[in-house]
Amino acid sequence: MPIRPLVSYSIERVEVLREDGTVDEELMPSLSADEIQRLYEHMVLTRRFDERMFKLQRQGRLGTFARVTGQEGAQIGAVFALRPDDWLVPAFRENGALLWRGITMTQLLQYWSGDERGGAFPRALRTLPISIPVGTHLLHAVGIGWAMKEAGEDSAVLTFFGEGATSTGDFSEALNMAGVFQVPVVFFCQNNQYAISVPFTRQTAAPTVAQKALGYGIFGVQVDGNDVFAVYRATREALERARSGKEPTLIEAHTYRVTDHTTSDDARRYRSDEEVAAWLKRDPIERLAHYMRAQGFLDEAREAEIAAEADRKVAEAVEAFESIPPPEPEEIFRHVFAQKTRPLEEQEAALLARWERRR
Amino acid sequence: MARLNMVEAIDQCLLQEMQRDERVIVLGEDVGRDGGVFRVTEGLFERFGPQRVIDTPLAESGIVGMAIGMAIAGFRPVAEIQFSGFAYPAYDQLVCHAARMRNRSRGEFTVPLVVRTPYGGGIRALEHHSESMEAVFVHVPGLKVVVPADPYEAKGLLASAVRDPDPVIFFEPARVYRAIRTEVPEEPYTIPLGKARMVREGRDVTLIAWGAQVRIIREAAERLAAEGVAEAEVVDLRTLSPFDHETVIDSVKKTGRAVVVHEAPRTGGFGAEVSAQIMERAVLHLEAPVVRVTGFDTVPPLAKLEDYYQPDVEAVVEAVRESLRF
Ligand SMILES: Cc1ncc(C[n+]2csc(CCOP(=O)(O)OP(=O)(O)O)c2C)c(N)n1
Repeated sequence: MPIRPLVSYSIERVEVLREDGTVDEELMPSLSADEIQRLYEHMVLTRRFDERMFKLQRQGRLGTFARVTGQEGAQIGAVFALRPDDWLVPAFRENGALLWRGITMTQLLQYWSGDERGGAFPRALRTLPISIPVGTHLLHAVGIGWAMKEAGEDSAVLTFFGEGATSTGDFSEALNMAGVFQVPVVFFCQNNQYAISVPFTRQTAAPTVAQKALGYGIFGVQVDGNDVFAVYRATREALERARSGKEPTLIEAHTYRVTDHTTSDDARRYRSDEEVAAWLKRDPIERLAHYMRAQGFLDEAREAEIAAEADRKVAEAVEAFESIPPPEPEEIFRHVFAQKTRPLEEQEAALLARWERRR
Repeated sequence: MARLNMVEAIDQCLLQEMQRDERVIVLGEDVGRDGGVFRVTEGLFERFGPQRVIDTPLAESGIVGMAIGMAIAGFRPVAEIQFSGFAYPAYDQLVCHAARMRNRSRGEFTVPLVVRTPYGGGIRALEHHSESMEAVFVHVPGLKVVVPADPYEAKGLLASAVRDPDPVIFFEPARVYRAIRTEVPEEPYTIPLGKARMVREGRDVTLIAWGAQVRIIREAAERLAAEGVAEAEVVDLRTLSPFDHETVIDSVKKTGRAVVVHEAPRTGGFGAEVSAQIMERAVLHLEAPVVRVTGFDTVPPLAKLEDYYQPDVEAVVEAVRESLRF
């Protein structure tokens, strides 16, 4: 009875765009100059919006929110591979992805200011609302994937989460069920190295997130998350696998959260400035700009123009947001059930009467 | 005497309990190096090290399930759930195991565990960060549920919870964390679980609340007195399970009127239990039906509508007038 290897696997890492702006021609996904421009423009818009939101938050005009700065390569590279009839199941750090899907900046500002009317993402966009309980939404992606397959649609589902989410039971259940039911789902982990203060090395003893796929019999791969071409390539491949073979994939985008966890956090309490500075040098937008300059797609004038255009759009959205009248108290009762129940009717009437008396 | 806020009082209690008993350990998300997202465990990691102040992976079921095992094996874990809105993955562990291990093993295995968690609104937070779902824990036989109202109370009640032989859910009103300071003795002390507190004596009506609402009923009582409307008795329940009906019933027998206040949804909220107990034990003393001032049977709204949802002083004053008019 010999002892022999039964199975052995390896996990690949995909890199296309080097830090000096050159690319691996063989791995470079086919993207037109125009598409690359759009990628870049959207990454810039995401960044400028994030920065403006941060200022608004500091002025007290928005509540707590989670920034995307530094993760644009991972986030935008992934959604760029989606078709409009695919589904997106986000967590809470996905403002850039949501914008790409057609959710407006005004709406996002409304939501993050504490007005739940902003959560009404139009159903036609096939983009689920923001989900805060970490890890829980991955199972919804599996269910939607199952439904797409059942309906005979060739749409796929992309779901975002952080590496912290991979520690939850729901993560395991989702990957397992996706494997068992062979559903067209791409699990996209933005491994930004921290779940609030907890570093990746304290989240799991596994050296990568990607290898966790193996335990569930599904495909897993790691990409350089600050390399938008690698992200796009891996996501497109995963989506194709999902559409044609209905096979799920786990993608780990290796990136970094250069900001605080949210606007309520202070990351200096648990990590060094040097560590952050090293990652700031690997900025995904700058890396893409490097490439584009070398290709002649971008020069200083064009760069300034794109930034100004983004700022103009953001300013317009902020203006529209600020002219939205505050929600009425009736809003609290409006969407608990399809039909307002008797207790809710009574409670609503009592509330309105109470505030009427105060007027 | 030092005047501490609730964050400092709880932190001090944990420090002293850990010094008193080396079996006491703290675990949860970000409780170590970061000192907790509300800074409640500030300084403990530096003092006691990573063996006793444990930053866990992100897994509530994991935290509580593992803490149950630690408790069975002789430790005294104090687990933090970062926000009570994220306690539900751990609910399974609490209901199926923490609350029953004693019963299942006929007392051979026990779970002296504390789960600390912030709860409640008024902090303009994101979805799931403002809930007040104490009733779903009160309904679990075998769990004790404690809700301190101020810093002094928090320190004494938490010390009792840590020393208690059974699992205790300790709900900390996030809104109170830094809002008030009270005198808190430096030396350790305990406040027994299961004993309500008479905050203010009165004769016309009994106001009953716990946690963040205690401040509100107290203010309401002062306003009612200042306006010459009523002298209200104010009762802080402190512990919802076990419920100290005696203090409440004695008071209601004296005043003949009761107003219960909670920010949790109305239906099936703990106010219903208080009301039922008054009905069972003091109905012949009542001059008016028990009045509840509560949140609604809705999702707690986000910041912009939060003030409409939360019971406030004026709503309590109105409820008292209603009771007096009956
Ligand atoms: C179930 C649950 N537990 C705790 C929290 C509080 N919390 C919000 S974000 C976060 C860390 C998430 O880390 P990760 O999944 O890596 O995503 P990232 O924030 O880094 O994007 C925690 C602990 C939560 N939202 N949900």
